[in-house]
Amino acid sequence: MGITVEGASKRFGDFQALNDVSIDVPDGSLTALLGPSGSGKSTLLRAIAGLEALDGGRVLIEGEDVSKKPTQKREVGFVFQHYAAFKHMTVFENVAFGLKIRKWDKAKISDRVHELLRLVQLDGLADRYPSQLSGGQRQRMALARALAVEPQVLLLDEPFGALDAKVRKDLRTWLRRLHDEMHVTTIFVTHDQEEAMDVAGQLVVMNEGRVEQSGTADELYEQPATEFVMSFVGEVNRLGEHYVRPHDMSVALDRDEGAEEAMVQRIVALGFEIRVEFVLGDGTEVWAQLTRAELQKLELREGQIVYLRPGQTKSFNGDVAPSDGHGASTPHDPPDDDDAEVSAAV
Amino acid sequence: MGVANNSGSRWGLRALGLGYLSLLLLAPLVMIFFKAFEDGLAAPIDAITSPDGLHALKLTLLMVAISVPLNTVFGVGCALLLVRHKWKGNAVIDAIINLPFAISPIVIGLSLFLLYGTDGWFGPVLAEAGIKILFSVPGMVLASIFVSLPFVVRETVPVLQEIGTEQEQAASTLGANAWQTFWRVTLPAIRWGVAYGVVLTTARVLGEFGAVTIVSGSISGQTQTLPLFVEKQFANFNLPGAYGASILLALLALTTLLAMNVLKRKEDA
Repeated sequence: MGITVEGASKRFGDFQALNDVSIDVPDGSLTALLGPSGSGKSTLLRAIAGLEALDGGRVLIEGEDVSKKPTQKREVGFVFQHYAAFKHMTVFENVAFGLKIRKWDKAKISDRVHELLRLVQLDGLADRYPSQLSGGQRQRMALARALAVEPQVLLLDEPFGALDAKVRKDLRTWLRRLHDEMHVTTIFVTHDQEEAMDVAGQLVVMNEGRVEQSGTADELYEQPATEFVMSFVGEVNRLGEHYVRPHDMSVALDRDEGAEEAMVQRIVALGFEIRVEFVLGDGTEVWAQLTRAELQKLELREGQIVYLRPGQTKSFNGDVAPSDGHGASTPHDPPDDDDAEVSAAV
Repeated sequence: MGVANNSGSRWGLRALGLGYLSLLLLAPLVMIFFKAFEDGLAAPIDAITSPDGLHALKLTLLMVAISVPLNTVFGVGCALLLVRHKWKGNAVIDAIINLPFAISPIVIGLSLFLLYGTDGWFGPVLAEAGIKILFSVPGMVLASIFVSLPFVVRETVPVLQEIGTEQEQAASTLGANAWQTFWRVTLPAIRWGVAYGVVLTTARVLGEFGAVTIVSGSISGQTQTLPLFVEKQFANFNLPGAYGASILLALLALTTLLAMNVLKRKEDA
């Protein structure tokens, strides 16, 4: 049950927004569609809501094929990045909109709206207009409006994208708690990998209209299936054909067999974490993530020559990267990164 | 120094703007008021309250009552088509809508005259069916609609573009069908654009002279609207009557403009 998309394709002129995409979102889960802009994640979400007509493929909600159904009959709650507040209506009227359409009686509408406004902590602001609310308040109003009609699924399109960092963080936590209480199948779109990992239990990584990989945050980070996932989820250095996480770089002061000679270019202290940037003999720039204690032990300074040894590395053309003897090669089968259709089961 | 200079030139510009507008727009209007009441109130009031004058007033209001609602419905629909349903034919529709602005009203009157006259395409057929278009109210309504057609479209299109489609999409995810979305979301959002278009349409229909002259024949007490009545009075050297009717006409148009502003201010408060 939940939401299933099978072989979805969508083209805008010359641009292939979705290229044979299939996903499977279990009932009651909270799933993130993660990808850069233009990856097709918003188009996929809009197609599930019926706001975009697919060229091919189908959408199933709770096992029912809704591909031919217009948006207003799909019973989806949708939250837009820029709130899409009804500007000429008060907060109360905004939240009541779907209920009025469903011809609920007035007393019932009033009870339900106030219940929802309490849930999103806006109960004192029922008579305000959207223009009198902050961005975070508007988005909570939009969420209450979407939830009012008890949708089968909740779809959020970059819901925190237009908010500042602090509000964004608060709303994330709040959304996760809300989902824990309501258990409505939820998909949310984001380009921010930290946000996706923070909020969602399951992630679907999209790129160029395809699904690259899906799984939990840990799976994506530890076992990226493609170069794209490796570099999009988490930080990464590229050394020739190999990828290595900055925290897997070990820095030594003495020449060492198999280690790369590098010059310290810049040392950036970011609180507990220290970012050290190096340039290799061939001009490649890489960086390592060290702790404050490690840095103090090494007494690094800019311009110094050091020796870098990548720990766990990963490559995506079949062969396992050489390791430094700690047995830290990639712990799983090398994945294929060819153009095969990627069908992701979340 | 810079600030003083700046404010000096600002006042200069304001004076220039006001002077220009006064000379071109206000002076003639003030002159009409002055002339109408120069020899007392009796003559202008007599002219307006004469049977022909009253008939002209009623006929003018009838033109407004028919043309404005029709052009409003058409205008909003047409704006929706132009903005929300992109296709190649839109450029053609857009150009056709501007025709009434581009063509002199008298030419519009003449073309209607030709079309519905005894030698025109539609004239003979309609005459056979017993429908009279020229020298009667239907022809005058056609002329009024023609000349005032673009206003609602032109005022509504930019507002529709500005509000975007997100609110409408939100309404559809909440279960609203196209009709409910239009009445509850789109129309309230574009209402002031539409209202401004309605005011302009009304003013245009009230004042239309050229096209209506040709198709109506300007028969006193029958097919004479207020602007035609003014012209007739003027031609007959009844100047106070002409000025009085002119003022009535100006007041009608100003009233609609004022009504809109009052409504808007009430809502904004």
